[in-house]
Order: sequence, then structure tokens, then C-alpha cells
Amino acid sequence: MSINVLMPALSPTMEHGKLAKWLKNEGDKVKSGDVIAEIETDKATMEVEAVDEGVLARILVPGGTENVAVNTPIAVIAEDGEDATAIESTLPPPKLPGDSDAAQTAASVAAPAPKQAAAPAPRAPEIPSDVTMIPMTMREALRDAMAEEMRRDSGVFVMGEEVGEYQGAYKVTQGLLQEFGAQRVLDTPITEYGFAGIGVGAAFAGLRPIVEFMTFNFSMQAIDHIVNSAAKTLYMSGGQIHSPIVFRGANGAAARVGAQHSQDFSAWYSSVPGLIVMAPSNASDAKGLLKAAIRSDNPVVFLENEILYGKTGDVPALEDFVLPIGKARIARAGTDVTLVSFSIGMTYALAAAEELAKDGIEAEVIDLRTLRPMDTASIIESVKKTGRCVAIEEGWPQNGVTAQIAAVVQEEAFDYLDAPVARVTGKDVPMPYAANLEKLALPSTAEVVAAAKAVLYRT
Amino acid sequence: MANETDGAQPAPIAELSREQELSALRDMLLIRRFEEKAGQLYGMGVIAGFCHLYIGQEAVVVGVRMASREGDQFTTSYRDHGHMLAMGMDPKGVMAELAGKRGGISKGKGGSMHMFSREKNFFGGHGIVGAPAPIGAGIAFANAYRGDGRVSITFFGEGAANQGQVYESFNIAALWRLPVVFIIENNRYAMGTAINRATAQTECFRRGAAFAIPARQVDGMDVRAVKAAADEAIEWCRSGKGPYLLEVLTYRYRGHSMSDPAKYRSKEEVERMREEHDPIEQVRIRLLAAGVSEDELKKIDASVRKIVAEAVDFATSDREPDPSELYTDVVA
Ligand SMILES: Cc1ncc(C[n+]2csc(CCOP(=O)(O)OP(=O)(O)O)c2C)c(N)n1
Ligand SMILES: [Mg+2]
Repeated sequence: MSINVLMPALSPTMEHGKLAKWLKNEGDKVKSGDVIAEIETDKATMEVEAVDEGVLARILVPGGTENVAVNTPIAVIAEDGEDATAIESTLPPPKLPGDSDAAQTAASVAAPAPKQAAAPAPRAPEIPSDVTMIPMTMREALRDAMAEEMRRDSGVFVMGEEVGEYQGAYKVTQGLLQEFGAQRVLDTPITEYGFAGIGVGAAFAGLRPIVEFMTFNFSMQAIDHIVNSAAKTLYMSGGQIHSPIVFRGANGAAARVGAQHSQDFSAWYSSVPGLIVMAPSNASDAKGLLKAAIRSDNPVVFLENEILYGKTGDVPALEDFVLPIGKARIARAGTDVTLVSFSIGMTYALAAAEELAKDGIEAEVIDLRTLRPMDTASIIESVKKTGRCVAIEEGWPQNGVTAQIAAVVQEEAFDYLDAPVARVTGKDVPMPYAANLEKLALPSTAEVVAAAKAVLYRT
Repeated sequence: MANETDGAQPAPIAELSREQELSALRDMLLIRRFEEKAGQLYGMGVIAGFCHLYIGQEAVVVGVRMASREGDQFTTSYRDHGHMLAMGMDPKGVMAELAGKRGGISKGKGGSMHMFSREKNFFGGHGIVGAPAPIGAGIAFANAYRGDGRVSITFFGEGAANQGQVYESFNIAALWRLPVVFIIENNRYAMGTAINRATAQTECFRRGAAFAIPARQVDGMDVRAVKAAADEAIEWCRSGKGPYLLEVLTYRYRGHSMSDPAKYRSKEEVERMREEHDPIEQVRIRLLAAGVSEDELKKIDASVRKIVAEAVDFATSDREPDPSELYTDVVA
């Protein structure tokens, strides 16, 4: 029996990759463990191995092909002696890059990871209308923000696990070691508590550290220094000692990485006085906010998102694009209901707004961008207009960011509300691994639509 | 008697009987074939997220398991499939967990990095680097508390060995004489970081001395050496003398996880380890020299392949968890 070799996924969030080269030719015998091909993404390379014995009967996707979707059949391995020509007829048609539903037909065993639309990023009010916009991924925007600030201020340096030679576990620090050298781009041992504290000490002494947590899940090892050492010292020193440090990295769920690697710390850090907490939803905001964070004299917790890293957005081609801290952005204007979110939650909010528009409901969508200080004035202003509010986050419901939003809205705009504030959150469970359960655990566009209709008393 | 001053002297090599060699071969082959399949299923999208393969390191857990007794507990990191198979956990349940299916050992809710078996005394499966050290010491605390003679054996990488909690655990374990064997699986790399780029004292076993813990460095590609050192370490713990540290020199053939830029080491280095130090090949060669026939070895391989194929069938045909499972097991 012949088996199809499928385009593998290198990482939890990979959707496409390059089939770099074939190391075997059609007709070659292969045995278990033989490397038959190499594939690449912007992040990594991987060797494709044969696991069964046989003959490489057909190569379906030639070496050098870019943008091959995960799960596309790339070759057929036949049993030794099997007639390779007979195989042809049983093959699914080879899929071409860009053939969006091909992954579906080719995936004989598993459904492809749910795809999310990139959050469109309407121009922020801070960006002059005549500025050229350049499309780039959030990953590139973050890298550019760090590089620009490092050029501008020699006290800015980056440290963390795999940020240098490896170019970043998620490639956010790509190229920084090459440009700034090992004195300013430091690979640390796996010692979050230690290097977070070392960063705080360096900040006390006047440097501007950017501390990368490979993901924020590992910041839990270091939370004492973030809260006790960085956040409180200005106060405890009567205003003498500043902590100009940025703690940044991927926060929240990625895809299928399970309970210990899928935690959202937005509510945790944004409850702490003394910290600034940011959580951008698109490339442009990510760049402008990170630059502001690095320049801030306060400790900043900068929450990125792995799924958003690869999403492309327009970033202004400004010499020095710095966004204000603590200012929300109206991502979509509307009159009927206010949707408030941040980071990847904006993906659901904006998609829901599109859905609602089909039913004649005009939602106003607010992207908080900074969680602390929170721009509650923008929320209140919008709610006074719409009379209805839905708050959305991926984190847990108890004591969540959305719980705070609901509290503030009822405190400050109770008389304007036509319905109780509704919340859409991650479910109140550790993140499960199974694909179906993970999907249920996360918020969805449908839940946002339903919540919006509920506060509008529509069905 | 353990060597308290200089663990650098070579550990004795355990002479294994033919039966022991055959069983070591079988156990290591099971891990290797299982992991090869897991790698393939990952490529097919059946397994997702992170998936850390143990290929190349098989002799470590198999050698230690040969030295341990029924009732001794094992704890490790996310690179855990091999440890579970060595502890006798059902390959079907492990593979189904990798696939996120209801028949998985954690009902599909844990995934590759998070599996446990109370029945087989396997305490995880931990995704946080360094966590197995204090957890293993805590299990040893319970053993000492009950005085039941069990030994807790806990594994972590040389990269993990830099975490502060490891040393907090060393000190407490030595102070309270806890029956725990700390095993540093030194496979030279932590993701893309070679040990000398992250660790000033690269001979990890030397860290025992600072905590008055006897320690030894072991050739982890030779299952006999692992078995001998583990015999000594486990005996030390079981007799109430406190913890023991083993630094086991090993090597992973595959990437850190499935996603790996593979630029931090040369292909030649990997090839050389595979060709010259493969733990399975070493046993095969010894068995052939001792007169075991190729046929007999082929039979072992075939029986192992069959077990793995059945595990794959089970995992791929099993259903996803029932949606109601989302809310179960959150609190007792
Ligand atoms: C606290 C923490 N920090 C970082 C990570 C990300 N991470 C996962 S494995 C790993 C490398 C660990 O290397 P090592 O301890 O040598 O074990 P090996 O993977 O080689 O078995 C890193 C940095 C993590 N899981 N937990
Ligand atoms: Mg290692």
C-alpha cells in the first residue's frame, strides 16, 4: 500500500511553508529514518523523514516551492515492488499554493487548525492621513521598534532565552544580535527569576533593559521581581528610584500547547499599581506602543500574542512613530453597541462587528491597546452613545479585564445603560489540549455576536 | 559506597545478562519506534502543539528503570514519552493523548507534555523547565514521611539545571535526607543553546558537592553504565542516606521540538553520535557478538513495530473527548 507524505506543520501556528529541497529522487529506496526532504518557514527548518520502508514513488511538490499549505501531499511512498504508475490514479490532485480549501481535502486525519482573519487595523488617529503605510507583520514591527530604540539610546539592551544566536524563539529579535552585538543582545540561561531581577537592578542603575520572556507563561517564575521589585520601588523610594524596564513576550494561548503554555496574564499584571500594561492587536500599534514602552520611565509589561506575530498590517513610514500610553483606539465607529477588547480579542470583536452589520447592527469597536492605565473615558463616551456594552477577552472570567470594564461602566455610565454589560471570555478551565475542547475553551466570534444581540434584545 | 568527593571517576559498568540485554533492547526500540511514529503523525497534523522526541536518549530512562523497583516514582519534563513507556504505561493511551483523543491517558486534555499515571507511579510530564526537581523531592518527602522505602527519581535537562528552584530543592533534599535521585539528562543543548553558552561550570555533577550530595557523571549512551550508576544511587537513597545526583551524558538526535532551526549544531555532529554512540546499536552489537541471531533481533523489532502500529490505529480511530469534558476535573 502506498502512503502520502504530507506537508508537515513545524510549529503550532504554521499554515504554510517552503519545500526547500528534496534529498531523495523519485525511484530511490527509502527506509525508516531517512531524511527525504527539508522544509522551511521564516522561523525554522525541519527534515522530513520516511517512517516506513519503500520507494519514493512520486514527488508531487518540487523542491523550492514556496507557500505550500500544511497537509498538502508532497510525495508518495510505495511499498517496494509496488507499481508506481498504479498509484497515480488513486492520488488526490496536488494542491497549489493559495488553494485555500485544499488543506481540507488533503487532511485525511485531522482538521486543520482554525484560521483567524487578521484584524484589520484602521488608521490610528495618531497617524497623519498623508503618511505612506508599509505592510509588515507584527513580528517585524516589534523588531523594528526595538532596533530603532536601540539606535537612539545606547542604554537600551535586550536579554532573554534564545534572543541572540537563535534569533528569538518566535523570531521577534531577528537580526538584533547582528546589528548591536553580544553586549546589547544577551542570551540568558533558562533562569527567568534571576534575569528578570538582574534586569530590574540594571534599570535601577539607569539602563533600559528589554527583558524577553520566551512566553509569558514563564514570567510566572519571575513575577516577584516584576511586582515586588519593578512595580513598587518608585513608591517605596519616595520617587527616587525608577525602573525603566520592559518585560515583553508572547502572552495567552497559541494553538494546542496545553494548559501550562496557554495562560493569559492580562488581568494579573494589569491589577498591579506601578506597572504599565500594553496588549496591542496589530502591527502598527505594536510598533508605536513598544517604542513608547521602551522610552517610559516606568516598568512596562508588554503582552504580545503568538498567533498575531505572523499577521500583516500597515505600519506608518514615520521616522519616529511613538503612540501615547493609556489611549484606546476606536477601531470601528458605530452607534448601536460598544464592543471593547484588546490584543487577539480584537479579532473576534471586529469579525463580530462585520457579522452584526449584515443584520443592520452598527457596532462601535474599541481597542484598549493599554490595559493599565486603562482609557475608561473612551469606553464611557462610547457607551453613553450606544447604551450597550460587550467586553471581550481570552483570559479567565473571574477578576478578568472584562470584569473591570463591566464594573467601571456600571459605576460611571449606569444611567445610560439599556442592558447589563455582557462579557465574552475564555472558559473557566485550564486550557485543554484536544482540538475540539480547545476551541470550546476560547472565545469565538459567534459568542460575541450572540452577546451583542442579547444586550440589544435581538435574536 | 557512593563516591562523595569526586564523581568524575568512571562508574562501574553493570554486566547485564542476556535476558537483561534483550529486554533493554526491546524497551529502547519501543521508545524509538514510538517516537518516530509520533514525529510522522505530527507531520500529518494528527499531533499538534509541542512535541519533544526522546530519540537518542533511550538508554537513560531504560537504564534507570532497570535499576528501580516497582513502587519507585518517576517524574520528568515535557520530553516524557520515553519515560512513560519505560514505566509500563500503555502505548495506546500515550499515543491517543498525543492525538488529543478521549482514550488518551489524560482523556485528551493534557497533550504531549502533560501525562501522568498514578497506577504506574509516573508523576508527569511538566511543561515548565525546572519543575521536576522540587516535585520529585516532594514525592521523596512523602516517601520519607511514610517510611515506605520508595525512592523518587526525577529527570530534567542540563538547561533546566540552571533554574534556581533546582538548587533550593538540592539543599532541602540534602538537609532532610530525602530519598530522591536527581537525574540531569545532559544532552548538550537547551533548545538552541549549547551547554557552554548557558552554564559556567559545564560539569553538572559537580553541583552536588556544594550541597553535600554525592554525585556521578555517567555515559548515557551505554545502558549498562546507566544501570550501574542508578543501582548505586537508588541504593544510597533507599538506605536512608539522602539524595543522589547523576549527570547522564546523552544526546538528542532530533530537533528540540518539531520546530527547530537546526543551525546551532552541525549535521556531522548529529551523524557522528548516531553512527558511533547509538545506544540501541551498542546493545545489538553486543547481542550479536554473544551469539543471538539476526532473526531473533528482527523478531523483536517486528513485535515492537506491531505494538506501535496498534497504538497508532487506536489513536487515529479514537474519538475526540466529549465536549462535556471541558468542565470536568477542574476541582476534585
Ligand atoms: C520556565 C520555562 N522557561 C522556558 C521554557 C521554554 N523551554 C522549553 S524546553 C527549553 C529548553 C530546556 O532544555 P533542557 O533543560 O536542556 O532540556 P531538553 O529540552 O534538552 O531535554 C526551554 C527554554 C519553559 N518551558 N519553561
Ligand atoms: Mg538539554
